[in-house]
Amino acid sequence: MRRVSTGVFVAVALALAVGLATAASPFASSSPDGLEAVAAQKQFAGRGELHPVQERAPIADYAFPGIENERVATGLAGFVGTLAAFGLGYGAARLLRRRAGPPPAAPAAGGPVP
Amino acid sequence: MAIEVPFAMHVPDGFLSPGVAAATAVLASAAVAAGTRVANRDLDESRVPLLGVLAAFVFAAQMLNFPVAGGTSGHFLGATLAAVLLGPWLACLVLAVVLIVQAFVFADGGISALGANVLNMGVLGALLAGYLLIGARRLLPHTRRAFLGSVAVVSWLAVMAAAAAAGLELGLSGTVPFATVLPAMLGVHALIGVGEAVIAVAAAGAVLTSRPDLVALAPAELKARGGAAAPAGELEGAR
Repeated sequence: MRRVSTGVFVAVALALAVGLATAASPFASSSPDGLEAVAAQKQFAGRGELHPVQERAPIADYAFPGIENERVATGLAGFVGTLAAFGLGYGAARLLRRRAGPPPAAPAAGGPVP
Repeated sequence: MAIEVPFAMHVPDGFLSPGVAAATAVLASAAVAAGTRVANRDLDESRVPLLGVLAAFVFAAQMLNFPVAGGTSGHFLGATLAAVLLGPWLACLVLAVVLIVQAFVFADGGISALGANVLNMGVLGALLAGYLLIGARRLLPHTRRAFLGSVAVVSWLAVMAAAAAAGLELGLSGTVPFATVLPAMLGVHALIGVGEAVIAVAAAGAVLTSRPDLVALAPAELKARGGAAAPAGELEGAR
């Protein structure tokens, strides 16, 4: 493998993430995972509840609403979620970077006065 | 009325007492605030898209449950990989971003329990992993093999630390006795941690080959290999 530009690196890595979430997640193991299995085995799984905010979660349980085919619904959920995570991560970084000011800013710039 | 709530590795609402939820939320908020301050200082232009890509990758990988023993599955946590590529503090932010998307869009992991999840995976996962890797770098030879070996060990430790923290919170909340939940959590996650180590090493190795300068916690000798001298050690949040 040779060195690639940052743009290419980001594009390939994002495509890989979106591809995995869309195409592979429908075939992931549906067995209960670590905490879920322990909760079931030790009989406290029933205590779990949804926060009122989550009653209207757009894609509850990783199933895209209105899609009958379970695998397609999961794949679509993965597609949307991966892009949402990218958007929020990128947006947060962009915002923090902007607050940091122009690149050669003095080290103390923007920092709270001690 | 107990509703069966599907959730992934994350603690849902109802598992933790209000006191534990509040205490973990305070600690997690402090860590995230400190992380944003480090980002303010250290985030260079090339890492802005990288933070988004890491969040996307961690989200995607957390959907890919792999089977472990006894009808149980595990999934990639991503804390160590994020720390390897971005340093401890930015990695903590990545995990927080992923957990926020999962809780609010996918109802995976509670809202009241969000602080606990950020504490377990972002702080005890990513921050701890980052500082362990920085420590390992001081002790180990600066070779690719030693570096990836430390990534493997730290990946496993980070998963175990997150699992232990979740177990402690459940115990403190009175949801389930410590003696019951801790061995169970650590037992399952000892296996999941092996999967975590395999994936983290593969991904870190691929980046180390294609763009060594983007591996924030790699020794400077490995980062510089392949040209374009990167300003060494710029983004580590610690020396």
